[in-house]
Amino acid sequence: MDLDALTGCLASSACLVTQTTSGFIIGMLLFLVAVGLTLIFGVLKVVNFSHGAFYMFGAYFAMTAYQLSGSFALAMLCGAAGTAILGLIFERVFMSRVYGADVLMQLLVCYAFVLIFDDVVRMIWGPEFKSMGMPAAFQVAPLFIAGGVVPPYYLLLIGVALAAAMILGLGLARTRIGKVIRAAAHNPGMVSALGINTGLIYGGVFALGGMLAGLAGALAAPVRSLTPGMGFSVLIESFIVTVIGGMGSILGALIGALLIGLIRSFGSLGFPLFTEGLMYLFMVIVLVSRPTGLFGKEVA
Amino acid sequence: MTELQADQGAQALEIPHAQAKTQRNRDALIALAVFVVLALLPTVFSSKLLLDFVIRCAAYGLFATSLNLLVGYTGLISFGHGMFFGLGAYGFGLMMQKTGVPVPVAFIATLVITFVVALVIGAICVRLKEIYFAFVTLAFQMLIHSTILSWVSLTGGDQGLRGGIPRPPFLGIDLSNQLHLYVASCALLVIGLYLMHRIAQSPFGYTLRMIRDNAMRASFIGIDVWRAKLTIFVLAALFASTGGIIMALFVSGAYPEFAYWTISGEGIFINMLGGVTTFLGPMVGTVLLLILNDTVTRLTEYHGLVLGIVILFFAIGLRKGLMDFVVEWYAQRRNNAGERG
Repeated sequence: MDLDALTGCLASSACLVTQTTSGFIIGMLLFLVAVGLTLIFGVLKVVNFSHGAFYMFGAYFAMTAYQLSGSFALAMLCGAAGTAILGLIFERVFMSRVYGADVLMQLLVCYAFVLIFDDVVRMIWGPEFKSMGMPAAFQVAPLFIAGGVVPPYYLLLIGVALAAAMILGLGLARTRIGKVIRAAAHNPGMVSALGINTGLIYGGVFALGGMLAGLAGALAAPVRSLTPGMGFSVLIESFIVTVIGGMGSILGALIGALLIGLIRSFGSLGFPLFTEGLMYLFMVIVLVSRPTGLFGKEVA
Repeated sequence: MTELQADQGAQALEIPHAQAKTQRNRDALIALAVFVVLALLPTVFSSKLLLDFVIRCAAYGLFATSLNLLVGYTGLISFGHGMFFGLGAYGFGLMMQKTGVPVPVAFIATLVITFVVALVIGAICVRLKEIYFAFVTLAFQMLIHSTILSWVSLTGGDQGLRGGIPRPPFLGIDLSNQLHLYVASCALLVIGLYLMHRIAQSPFGYTLRMIRDNAMRASFIGIDVWRAKLTIFVLAALFASTGGIIMALFVSGAYPEFAYWTISGEGIFINMLGGVTTFLGPMVGTVLLLILNDTVTRLTEYHGLVLGIVILFFAIGLRKGLMDFVVEWYAQRRNNAGERG
């Protein structure tokens, strides 16, 4: 425990800015993964235990696209689009077979794919750590805000994630497709009786969730190292985020992700050995006081 | 109530009571017979590999069967049961390395530690709905795993507990001798299975099945569902911890992989493989998975890929465990015989 470091940081604006941005980076990446998880759960009523694999694939797709083309924008696009297609296939071919079955079967199918996907990545890209490298456009001097160091790439990352949150929130609330998705979450039988292809909606929502996780992976690729199995810890953390925020709530996922990000970045100063523990502790406190999460609705 | 009715009631009660008693005796006899057969095995087959295999079966078998008490009997899908396996291995290993107490004392002390930890974690988890329960138990597993990794001074971090676990002889039993360890593991396995079967067949075991099938109904007739779930959660943790202790004795150490989530995943898969509807299903699943694991690791480095495909085949293709098929086949055969006769 190193409480002096923590209080010292809280007193200096430079450190405060640096730690807050790094907390936001962690939080925004987690949000993109968690919001896909929560969306899939809200509509399909399954927990995609292999969601971390989409994050991993997004990062690897982006790295390969970047190495081949040298274009950062294309890398992001490949990361997102590739995982969207993967998500669609995964849902239509495998997950759609276990919707009626009990949770055990769904967990097992996802568990199988966690193992398979990790080995597929190991086969294609090799078991060693890889890194994509920072694109040249962002290799510029960092900004100084109130004395704190903020790399420009971080601002882009936060901006993209916030834009995704806005588009998703508005899209679900205001557009026709959003309305249909919400209706399908509420009563799929009625929606399909009204002549709407629910299978298509399920596949689409899964693809959207996969795409968001893939985008997170692609955005993380320049700042994190890539390794098979990198998705699993992200999955656990994003699950904690959805538990804290409340399953099925987009705002909850955003708030939960930012809280976890800040806990991680400030916790690593004050409690370097217990950073992960703090996260779980926070989850336990939320669960005991509000079992449905901060923004979750009471489920009947 | 007239005297006659009361008398009938007493008679009706007496019969199941007598049945329970014969079943208890039969269980004990079977357990004893299995133990004798296992203990005599080394006199027939002297293969060291076979003994090692049985010891590993004992460790994983206790773990998987205890998980079945949660998954199959109570409907609590724990995805973090492996934490107690790891806790048992580390608790026992540390106790032996740091304090030098005799083996039985360390054994009991490890179970006491597991009891306390399981009580705290269980109290938080068992009130959650199924998928939340699965993931929150998983989160606790990851917490224990990350604690083991980061508390390097105590646990040795990612290197695990090295330097061997001292196993001083007690009561003429020397656990550093493979044969002694083998017999001790078999004894623990048989006693563990016997106790778990007693739990499953007790009125409490039937309460658990009722909670699985309809928790609301159970609470309406006055069962404290939370307390029953917590009780079985803690009991299952104790047996999983015993499995971990056997594992620590076997490898003479403890490694972070013992507390990693994949152990829990394998446990769930073992249950699926053998089938959750029979008591011995997980034991059959354990033997199958260990054979499968050993073969696959010998043949390919892409162990997860092959295992994943096998799991998919079972989960999407068969949707049942092996023992379920055996039971069905047996029931059908008896039906056919009944029709003919």
